[in-house]
Amino acid sequence: MDRSGELAISDFDTYAVEEALKLKESAGEGEVVVVSMGPERAMDALRKALAMGADRAVLITDSALEGADLLVTAKALAGALEGEAPDLVLFGQQSADGGGAVLWAAVAERLRRPVISQASELTVDGASVTGKRQTEFGYDSIRAPLPAIVAVSDAINTPRYPSLKGIMGAKKKPQETVAPSAAGDAATTVVELSPPPPRGEARKIEDDGSAAEQIVEFLAEKRLV
Amino acid sequence: MAKTLVFLEHHDGAIQKNALAVLSKAASVGDAHGVVIGSGVRDVAASVNTTVWVADDERVAAPLPQPRVDVIAKLVRDEGYDTVLFGQSVLAADTAAGLAARLDAGLNWGLVDFDGTQGRAPQLQDTVVVEVGWSSPVRIGIFRSGSLDVGELSGANEVKDAAVELEDFSTAAEMLEQAHAEQQGPSIEDADVIVAGGRGLGEPEKFSLAEELASALGGAVAATRAVVDAGWYPYSAQVGQTGKTVSPKLYVALGISGAIQHKVGMQGSNVIVAINKDANAPIFEFSDLGVVGDLHEIVPKLTELVRARKS
Repeated sequence: MDRSGELAISDFDTYAVEEALKLKESAGEGEVVVVSMGPERAMDALRKALAMGADRAVLITDSALEGADLLVTAKALAGALEGEAPDLVLFGQQSADGGGAVLWAAVAERLRRPVISQASELTVDGASVTGKRQTEFGYDSIRAPLPAIVAVSDAINTPRYPSLKGIMGAKKKPQETVAPSAAGDAATTVVELSPPPPRGEARKIEDDGSAAEQIVEFLAEKRLV
Repeated sequence: MAKTLVFLEHHDGAIQKNALAVLSKAASVGDAHGVVIGSGVRDVAASVNTTVWVADDERVAAPLPQPRVDVIAKLVRDEGYDTVLFGQSVLAADTAAGLAARLDAGLNWGLVDFDGTQGRAPQLQDTVVVEVGWSSPVRIGIFRSGSLDVGELSGANEVKDAAVELEDFSTAAEMLEQAHAEQQGPSIEDADVIVAGGRGLGEPEKFSLAEELASALGGAVAATRAVVDAGWYPYSAQVGQTGKTVSPKLYVALGISGAIQHKVGMQGSNVIVAINKDANAPIFEFSDLGVVGDLHEIVPKLTELVRARKS
């Protein structure tokens, strides 16, 4: 897998950054720290979050983390978060590359904290956080005491664009690179890669007034009607 | 031979089809038992033809993941299961990930197959198929919805009680309210036929075209992110990167351009038929039958023809 390209902050994570900034703004106090794991050049991606308004960045980096799976990533992140001791940890909806929506629950388990996922609304009220969770069946309202872990959905807000001033200021904000406090071996393996099976021959027609009939014929051929 | 425990997620008194499909897959490659967690769920557990553990307790009534991790982790340790499998859902993914961290077990997700030792998962927006394995003593896997058919289980039902011993942090989150969308017809995860609508429908009222065709075909209605965001259709019907992944026998795309974010949610469908007035729409690149034309003229006729054929 070629991972040499420019590393960008995942679009999904910008929703979490935006929500954290909004919470800080409405509370009138607090600190927003962005934490990621990856090679050293991943700090460039974190700088976008700093440009949006986050206060400082922490990058967990170590060559031992290359090829990290869920368990290794969760351990490394939980280790860094224990040191930071935040009131609230926000995640984006899913990682853009792996497509998996699982990391927050593993981190919450490591930290032994409550977790709310797929939150499309979030309110923090003193010592607790309430999230509106989107599921296959509708919406759930879930409340958890702080400190808590929340994964936000991309329906929660519209992330701001960094201003020029923000971009210029980002460079001067604290950016720390740390080694993982705990590393372990991956518990999943890639055995083999192969191309996906090809689709059958595609047919394309222009509607000449008989498209509906042609579709039904096609469906009948495939035994679908 | 794998000794597998399958998380049987239930809703409205019925086990999700996706979870039953995973159970029958697991039963075809080894011993497979189920676990049902909730309150008043003994009858649900008794409906499945294998050994089913039931944690029937008011404290695990709400569909929250962390108490489920407690119940399943104890079963794995006490009963010696080496594999725990889930069908994809918000609840299942959170439960599986928490369980992986609890048991130091590897988690592979997006599975479409499992042979007892290895799994298969299309990755990187389905551009590559990966044979995945586990190096931990316990394997945890999440299957894509719609990737498997429900097979017959030949065993006999036996309901056994699972202990409910909960960690403090597992019960910290509490369910205040569950507002469930009204479901009309089959859910898109369970449907063999899906008719999906996009911006090309023109206006929200025109979703009736998709609904009528779906009803004629005996299927469910899905929607793209664009129209869900615009408030035309509920999120529970959204297919794509930030919605559901489906793989029905037939997927009919009405007025959908076929952006990659939508494609990843439905390209596993057996047969794809697309109707779009833009001859250059990307959806035609991965449709089995592409129709360039006005869906507002074609779909009502198509619905009539399908109805006539079925009656």
